[in-house]
Amino acid sequence: MTTGPLATGSADPGTLTRSAGQVVTEPAGPRRHPLRWPRVALHAFLLVMAIGWLLPLLWGAFNSFRNYDYTAANGYFSFGGFTLDNYADAWQRGEFGEKFLNSLYITVPAVLLTLFLSACAAFVVARFSFRTNLILLGVFVAANLLPPQALLIPIYKAFNEIPLPTWLNSDGELLNSYLGLILVNTAFQIGFCTLVLSNYMKTLPHEIYESAAVDGASVLRQFFQLTLPLCRPPLAALATLQVTWIYNEFFWATALLTDGDKFPITSSLNNLRGQFFTDYNLLSAGSIVVALPTLIVFFVLQRQFVAGLTLGSTKG
Amino acid sequence: MQDTNSAGSPAPAQVGFPVPRRTLLRAAAALGTVMAAPALAACGGDEDDGGGGSGSGDGAGQVTFGSNETGTTFAKQRQAAVADFQSKNPGITVKLNEVDHNTFQEQINNYLQGNPDDVFSWFAGYRMQFFARRELIGDVSDVWPIDGVNDSFKAASTGEDGKQYFVPQSYYPWAVFYRKSVWQDRGYTPPKTLDEMVTLADKMKGDGLTPIAFADKDGWPAMGTFDILNMRINGYQFHIDLMAGKGSWESAEVKKVFTTWQQLLPVHQKDPLGRTWQEAAQTLQQKKAGMYLLGTFLIDQFPQNEREDVDLFNFPVVDPAVGQDAIDAPIDGFCMSAKPKNEAGAKKLLKYLASPDASAQASSIGEPFISSNSKSDTSKYTTLQKKSAELVGSAKNIAQFLDRDTRPDFASTVIIPAFQEFIKNPNGIDALLKSIESQKKTIFVD
Amino acid sequence: MSAITSASPSDQGAAPAAAKAPRTSRRRTRRLTGADRTVVTLMVGVPLLFVLILVWLPALASVALSFSRWEGFGGLDAIDWIGLDNYRNIATNYPPFWPAMWHNLIWVVFLFLIPTPLGMFLAVLCDKELRGSRFYQTAFYLPVILSLALTGFIWQLIYSRDQGLLNAVLGTSVDWYGDPKVNLWAVLVATSWKHTGYIMLIYLAGLKAVDPGLREAARVDGASEPRTYFSVIFPVMRPINLIVLVITVIESLRAFDIVWIVNKGRNGLEVIAALVVQNIVGEASRVGFGSALATIMLLISTVYVVVHLRATMRGDR
Repeated sequence: MTTGPLATGSADPGTLTRSAGQVVTEPAGPRRHPLRWPRVALHAFLLVMAIGWLLPLLWGAFNSFRNYDYTAANGYFSFGGFTLDNYADAWQRGEFGEKFLNSLYITVPAVLLTLFLSACAAFVVARFSFRTNLILLGVFVAANLLPPQALLIPIYKAFNEIPLPTWLNSDGELLNSYLGLILVNTAFQIGFCTLVLSNYMKTLPHEIYESAAVDGASVLRQFFQLTLPLCRPPLAALATLQVTWIYNEFFWATALLTDGDKFPITSSLNNLRGQFFTDYNLLSAGSIVVALPTLIVFFVLQRQFVAGLTLGSTKG
Repeated sequence: MQDTNSAGSPAPAQVGFPVPRRTLLRAAAALGTVMAAPALAACGGDEDDGGGGSGSGDGAGQVTFGSNETGTTFAKQRQAAVADFQSKNPGITVKLNEVDHNTFQEQINNYLQGNPDDVFSWFAGYRMQFFARRELIGDVSDVWPIDGVNDSFKAASTGEDGKQYFVPQSYYPWAVFYRKSVWQDRGYTPPKTLDEMVTLADKMKGDGLTPIAFADKDGWPAMGTFDILNMRINGYQFHIDLMAGKGSWESAEVKKVFTTWQQLLPVHQKDPLGRTWQEAAQTLQQKKAGMYLLGTFLIDQFPQNEREDVDLFNFPVVDPAVGQDAIDAPIDGFCMSAKPKNEAGAKKLLKYLASPDASAQASSIGEPFISSNSKSDTSKYTTLQKKSAELVGSAKNIAQFLDRDTRPDFASTVIIPAFQEFIKNPNGIDALLKSIESQKKTIFVD
Repeated sequence: MSAITSASPSDQGAAPAAAKAPRTSRRRTRRLTGADRTVVTLMVGVPLLFVLILVWLPALASVALSFSRWEGFGGLDAIDWIGLDNYRNIATNYPPFWPAMWHNLIWVVFLFLIPTPLGMFLAVLCDKELRGSRFYQTAFYLPVILSLALTGFIWQLIYSRDQGLLNAVLGTSVDWYGDPKVNLWAVLVATSWKHTGYIMLIYLAGLKAVDPGLREAARVDGASEPRTYFSVIFPVMRPINLIVLVITVIESLRAFDIVWIVNKGRNGLEVIAALVVQNIVGEASRVGFGSALATIMLLISTVYVVVHLRATMRGDR
């Protein structure tokens, strides 16, 4: 049943249509995509929805290329006043160069650590005995239920007391250090990632572990060589989400870092607001620049969303 | 608790007006800028000379300075001031730690308990006394008296124990703003009494204008209206006592404020709870509204070529026995942390920041702030700024605005929702005041 | 080979069958070597430690603080313990509280009925290897990655009473953000804009991991697409469906971001998370009171999680 072409993920359930009284039974060979009404309707629907989704964003982007004085004078529904100044201004005022680096120092380690630890925990929960598993899962999930702000004071006070060697942080303590921020972000994201990954891992059939165990593979080998490769779609999805969330996160960053120089990129957007005056066009330009890295990550990881590639290959 | 406040918040009638000693000040400013250039190049480097022991005489070493401005013109002005200070005080370097305004304010409690900078921006009023009481900010009494800063500003910088904990740098008043051209065209004149204001408002309505622009999406602008009505109806002392938690919100005096406000609501802009103050100011700018009670910062909503058209008048008299000599004029300035690493240097920096030199630096870069030092050069002030200084100068009593005059938790978690509720439902005054009073009792427990 | 492949579709499709097969294999895998056991302990222990220390301990500290009046200054001796007073005040002397509970409930129902099913549906459509499916995925996911400031600005441009797109197009002067009768719905629409993409992403990843052999089998049997989905794929995706449900409920209980950016959670937009933040963060620093609100939130969420986990447990058995 799982023949070659299917294993490469070119299965096209689109050919299963109600209007086709007969079923196309030939899986192999070049595929024909006849233009049928349902397909057209499908495309039309998706297109309309996608455009509807993009419109608000395009609107914001459109205004980022416009001069504030122009839009203030003529309102936002005018046309004109185009300039690239907002981007240059935002970059400079928001000190984007340095702040991107700061965000990098925080986001990359936090995402990697989160995904790794969650995958480990999820593996154990999905693979092994049942009774303690639910409790474990409960412990992980319940941790995510609180708004992080509720934990501000206890964590702040604790970090204030914990010393760190000065090569890790010039202040000599966990507060105002990147490490502290990475640890907090990781701890808060582990719950969600463990939940999602454990559920995906449960869909993996136990037989693959069986055969591996029979072959004498240790748990560690099973984890790295069987489970992780098979979990590419959820890992990619989670990586995308985690990068987005941790990168866009500013609550813990501003709470645990007191040195303006260490703030990540999200706080740069605050630099673009005055106490009393905000140039929203400038803010849009800044926001779009800030959003670019997460967009790039999304595109890169999108390739992992490929059907059947992983499962098919191990079964064939 | 608020004794020092009642003893007299700034009566800037005594401040007098900065008599521009132009030539002298300009020369000083020029000299400062020339010397600042090489200093600017030198500063910005991270010099870890480590602070000398606190209190060492000359303050040599590094002073850390936490600033609540970043990326804005104000930030540049502060950088220039810092450069100027360093050039005048070789041996002291200032490390500027810039954080944006909102974040700085939100994190202040944790900031002060962590590793605060030696000197940092803050505000006068209850907010400052709050920290002084908790010993989170340092006694800077020996920085005073500051040449040119009057006793009344000194009173605003004084904590409950009679010592000073703050140095002022700038301020701005709340007043009623309007566009001169519109009023000239229609033949309006600034009202002197509340009745005149109501008549004027009705006339404006007939002329197709929204009489009084109004917005309270952010929750705090409505405090301006409450403050001024309370001060006009019940007097400055009653207002300050109420802010301090004394007196009852269910008293007849407070109720009178609300009933007056209720009568004025029909001439205020409709649906204020979804509107930001920026949008309301834009209605004024677009000539669709007649007047707007706000702080001078509203001028930023006007394009440069229209700013000269904006004028202000003091909120009219409600009770002739009370008059109109009390206004809201929040003061911004700086504090020293409780355990600075370089106390002597910090105090020198504070003294400098309150001096005319610092405001001269600001004037050389962008629009100056209204300086609380009477000796500062006002030649670069806009017409509106000059009028603002006059207004504050002629006021006998100055309040700091509700959210700076009372406990912050009371202001934000009780008052904001309560005022918004009132605006939505102006007829439920009794129930509302009862609710405010009972919540207040759970907060003002000290 | 084929024995294994034909076993798996039925494994995945029938819960009881899945339960039977692993049970036997589990008994066999119980014989773990010492090294393996260490590895397993570490694998679950390290993450557990993270969560216990950095999340649970502070959470318990918060619960403890809910019985106090404290501004966050000073040490333990500065704390004023007042028993249940905070809870009493919340229930009777704090006007935003009950509206907040009600709004969170509306939030759950709304998200569950509209954006979540929509996200799942869009995921199913995007799963079809259509031309341009990458474009569609991107379009729906983009709102998720935007900063809050930008999202706030975009929707302000749309919803502003005086200057917004919606009123301009409809010719009305509805106060979308300021009128407590409509602003919750306006914000829910803005939230759905983000939530749909988020659900779509998670669900799509799940769909991609489904064995294509199942679809093939259904196709060969002559099933139509909707039938394939509902009878074959949907049951197989059970764990993912449950995840989506959990996400929806928890996101509703924790709803905060957009509400905060609009007006900090006031005037018709009260939600419990915003109340917590209003009280704890910033100068207000009503730590005891805010912690009590957070504890209430934690209780509600815990009840839901317990119910959910029990249902999962029963289902998997």
